[in-house]
Amino acid sequence: MLSNSKRSLVLSVVVGILAVMPVLASAGEWQYNMTEGVTSISKDVYDLHMLIFYICCVIGILVFGVMFVSMFLHRKSRGAVASQFHESLTLELLWTAVPAIILIAMAFPATSTLKDMYDSDDPEIDILVTGHQWKWRYDYQGTEVSFFSNLSTPSAQIDNEQEKGQHYLLEVDEPLVIPTNTKVRFLVTAADVIHSWWVPDLAVKRDAIPGYTNAAWTYVEKEGVYRGQCAELCGKDHGFMPIEVHVVSKAKYAEWLAGKAAQAAEVKAASSKTFSFDELYSGGETLYATNCAACHGGNGEGGVGPAIKGSKIATGGITDHLDMVINGSPNNPMMAAYGEQLDPVSLAKIITFQRNAFGNNMGDSVQPLDIVTYKQGQ
Amino acid sequence: MAHGPAKGFTRWLFTTNHKDIGSMYLWFSFTMFFLGGIFALVIRAELFEPGLQIVKPEFFNQMTTMHGLIMVFGAVMPAFVGLANWMIPMMIGAPDMALPRMNNWSFWILPFAFALLTSTFFMAGGAPNFGWTFYAPLSTTYAPDTVTFFIFGVHIIGISSIMGAINIIATILNMRAPGMTLMKMPLFVWTWLITAYLLIAVMPVLAGVVTMMLMDIHFGTSFFDAAGGGDPVLFQHIFWFFGHPEVYIMILPAFGIVSAIIPTFARKPLFGYSSMVYATASIAFLSFIVWAHHMFTVGMPLVAEAAFMYATMLIAIPTGVKVFNWVTTMWKGSMTFETPMLFSIAFVILFTIGGFSGLMLAIAPADFQYHDTYFVVAHFHYVLVPGAIFSITAAVYYWLPKWCGNMYDEALGKTHFWLAFAGLNITFFPMHFSGLAGMPRRIPDYNPLWADWNMISSVGAFLFGAAQLLFLVIVIKTIMGGRKATARVWEGSHGLEWTVPSPAPYHTFTTPPEIK
Ligand code: HEC
Ligand SMILES: [Cu+2]
Repeated sequence: MLSNSKRSLVLSVVVGILAVMPVLASAGEWQYNMTEGVTSISKDVYDLHMLIFYICCVIGILVFGVMFVSMFLHRKSRGAVASQFHESLTLELLWTAVPAIILIAMAFPATSTLKDMYDSDDPEIDILVTGHQWKWRYDYQGTEVSFFSNLSTPSAQIDNEQEKGQHYLLEVDEPLVIPTNTKVRFLVTAADVIHSWWVPDLAVKRDAIPGYTNAAWTYVEKEGVYRGQCAELCGKDHGFMPIEVHVVSKAKYAEWLAGKAAQAAEVKAASSKTFSFDELYSGGETLYATNCAACHGGNGEGGVGPAIKGSKIATGGITDHLDMVINGSPNNPMMAAYGEQLDPVSLAKIITFQRNAFGNNMGDSVQPLDIVTYKQGQ
Repeated sequence: MAHGPAKGFTRWLFTTNHKDIGSMYLWFSFTMFFLGGIFALVIRAELFEPGLQIVKPEFFNQMTTMHGLIMVFGAVMPAFVGLANWMIPMMIGAPDMALPRMNNWSFWILPFAFALLTSTFFMAGGAPNFGWTFYAPLSTTYAPDTVTFFIFGVHIIGISSIMGAINIIATILNMRAPGMTLMKMPLFVWTWLITAYLLIAVMPVLAGVVTMMLMDIHFGTSFFDAAGGGDPVLFQHIFWFFGHPEVYIMILPAFGIVSAIIPTFARKPLFGYSSMVYATASIAFLSFIVWAHHMFTVGMPLVAEAAFMYATMLIAIPTGVKVFNWVTTMWKGSMTFETPMLFSIAFVILFTIGGFSGLMLAIAPADFQYHDTYFVVAHFHYVLVPGAIFSITAAVYYWLPKWCGNMYDEALGKTHFWLAFAGLNITFFPMHFSGLAGMPRRIPDYNPLWADWNMISSVGAFLFGAAQLLFLVIVIKTIMGGRKATARVWEGSHGLEWTVPSPAPYHTFTTPPEIK
C-alpha cells in the first residue's frame, strides 16, 4: 500500500519520464526507429513494422489500461471487497477470436512483402558476395572485377588514441559499387564460418553460409552511400567487417567498372614484372597491416596467430613460407589459403615483407612470378 | 519415522530430502546468477562508450557466450527445479519427491558441469566464444580446443535436467494426495508437469547436437562441415528444435508462479483456471513447430518461411489468453501490493511488452531488419528478465516465510523491487531503439550513432546489478531472523502448502491430507 505522498512521487516520476521521452527523441542525433530505407522493399518492410507496432500499442493501451484502473479502484486500502467470479466462456472465446482475426489480417501484407523479397529472378547484374573472417569479397559475375572490402577505420581510433570519425567502423577501403535503377542480385556465400550481409537501407540481410549460395536482390533509385555490417557472430572481429555500398548513376558505374577491369588486367600483367626489393618491402608493409596484422600483430608479435618475428617459417625456406601463405595451414583453419584471396603481386610483397621485417632480415625476396610458378606447380 | 536432518556437511551431500535439495538448487542458481551477472556487467562496461576500453574482442565474445550459457542453464533452469522441489510435494500433499536418490544426483552433478564449463577460462584458447547458440562451424572447425569441455558440460547439464524432469513427472502423476485430481492441481504444478515433458522431449536433442559436434571435431565426421558434404544449416535446425521449446521451459513455470501469487493478493480465485491449463498445453505444443523463426535469414524456401511465420503468430493467441486471465483475476479483487505482488504485476506488464516485440519479430519480412540486432536482445531480455527472473524473485518473496519461518522486511523488499524495475527498464528499453537504429548484437565496439542508447543501457545494468545485491542481503537477513510467519503467511493464500506450519517441518504430509 502506497501512502499518498509515495503515490504522488511515483506519479511524478512516470510523468517525468513520459515528458522527457519526446525531448530525447527529437534531440536529432538520437535515431530510435527502423530506417525507411531507399528501396520499395525497405519501405514495405518499414510499413509492416509500423503497422504491427501500432497494433501492439492499441492492445497494450487496452490491456494495461484495464489493469491500471483495476489497480487503482480495486485495492483493499480503498475498501474494495473481492468478488468471487472466476469463469466466463464468452470472455474466453472473445479474447481468443479477436486476436486471431487481427493476426490473419496481418498475415496478408506480410506474405506479399515476403514474396517480393524472394523474387530475385531476372537480375541485370549478379554479384557474388563472399564472407571471410573478417572482410567481404565482391565478384562481379561475368567480369574480371573482384576485390576484397576491408575495414578502413584506423586502429588508433579503435584504441581511443585518435578522435573517431563520423563513419567509425562503418567504412571500408573498397566499397561495393552498383548502378541506380538496376535490378542487382547478390549471391551470398561464405568461405569459412557463417556471416550475414546486411545493409539496413536496402532491407537486405542474407546469411552467408559455407556451402550455400543465398540470393537477395535490390533495386535502388537514389544515388548515395549506404552502410551496413556483418550481422552474424563470426569470431573475433565480427564487429569489424562493415559493408559500404555506393549507388551511382549508370554512366558512372560503367566508368568505374571499366577502371576496375583495367586495374585487374594491370595486376595480371604485373605478375610477370620484376620488382625491386624496396618496392616489394614497402608495398608489403601496408598489405600486411590490412590483411595479416589482425592475427599476427602489428609488430609481428603474434596474437590469435603465431608471431612472425623470428617465426620458423618466415625465417626458414621460401617454399614452406609460400606453401603456408598460399595454401593456408593444414592444422588451423584460421590461417586461410591466401593464394585464392590475394593477387600474386600482393602475395610477393607480403611474403618479402614478412621475411625481412621485425628483425627477420632474411635478405631474400619473392617476385610475383615465383608465386605464379609455385601455384602452377601444384 | 519423523526425524530431523543429519548434522554437518554430509547432510547436504547425501540428502534425499526435497526441501534440502530445493534449497541447494536455489543457492546454486543464485550463485550462477551473480556469476552470469558479472559477465553481463563486463559486456555493459565495454559498451559504455564506443572504442575498445576494457576487454579485447576475443574476451568480449567469451563474455557474451558465457553470460548466456550460465544464465540459461545455471541460473534460470536450476531455480525453477529448486522451486519445483520445494513446492510440488507440498502443493500436492506428497511426503517427498518420487525418486529421492535420483533427486540428489541430479542436483550434485550440476556443480561439476559448471566447474567444467567455467574452468575453460583458465585454459589456452579461453572459454567458449561462439555465442550461447554455438552455430557450427564457428563452434566446431573454428572453435578453441576448450569446446570439448563445453560439450561435456552440456551433456551433464542435460542429464541433470532429464533426471529432474522424470522425477517431477513421477511425483505429480503418482504421489498426489487422495482427492487431488489433475484439474484441482495448482497451476504451478500443471505448468511444471508440461515443462517436464518439454524437457524430456528436447534435452536429448541438445545432447545429440553437441555429440555431432564432438564427432566433427574429434572423429572426422562432417555433419556440419560443408567441405565434407555436411550442412551448417542443419546445425541450426537441430539447435532451435531444442532451443525454442527451451524458451518455454524457462517461462511456463513462471506462468504457474504468477498464477499463484496474483489470486493471493487480489483475494480472488484465478480467473479461467481450465483455460490457463489448455493455453499452457497449446503453447507447449506450438513450441515444437516454430523453431525456424530464429532462422528467417538463412535462405529457407518461401513456403517454409511463410509457414513458420504463421505458426509463430499463432503463439500470440494462447499467450494473450493468459495475460487477459491475469488481468481479469485482478479485476474487482481486493488488492494489496506486497513485494511478491509487485514483482508479479511487473511480470505481467513487462512480459507482455516482450510479447509485443515477439509478435513484431514473427513478421518475417520485418525480421530481416530486426534479426541479430539489439532489438532481438531487447526482446528476449524483456521476456526472460521480467519473465523468468522476476517470477523467481516473486516466488522467493512469496514462499520464503514458509521456508524459513520468518517474514522478510517489506520496506527493503519494495526497495529491491523498485530498483530492479527501474534498472531493468533503463537497461533493456533503450536496446529496442539501438537495435531499430541498426546496431548488430554481439559486437564489442560500435559507431557513435548508437552511443547514447548504449550509455543509458550500461548505467541501468549496474543499477540492476546493485539491486540484486540488496536481494541477497534481504534473503540472508530473513533467514537469520525477523518477525515470525504464521502458517497461512498471507491473508489471501490458498493451497496445501499453507496448511503446514512455518517454517515447514523437515517432513511434511507423511500421512496424506484429505482434499475435499
Ligand atoms: C584469422 C587469423 C589469421 C590471419 C588474418 C592470418 N593468419 Fe597467418 N596464421 C594464423 C594462424 C592461426 C597460424 C598458425 C597455423 C598453424 O598452427 O599451423 C598462422 C601461421 C602463419 C604462418 C606460419 C608462422 C609459423 O611460424 O608457424 C605464416 C608465415 C603466416 N601465418 C602468414 C600469414 C600472412 C602472410 C597473412 C596475411 C596475408 C596471415 N598469415 C594472416 C592466423 C592468421
Ligand atoms: Cu562476419
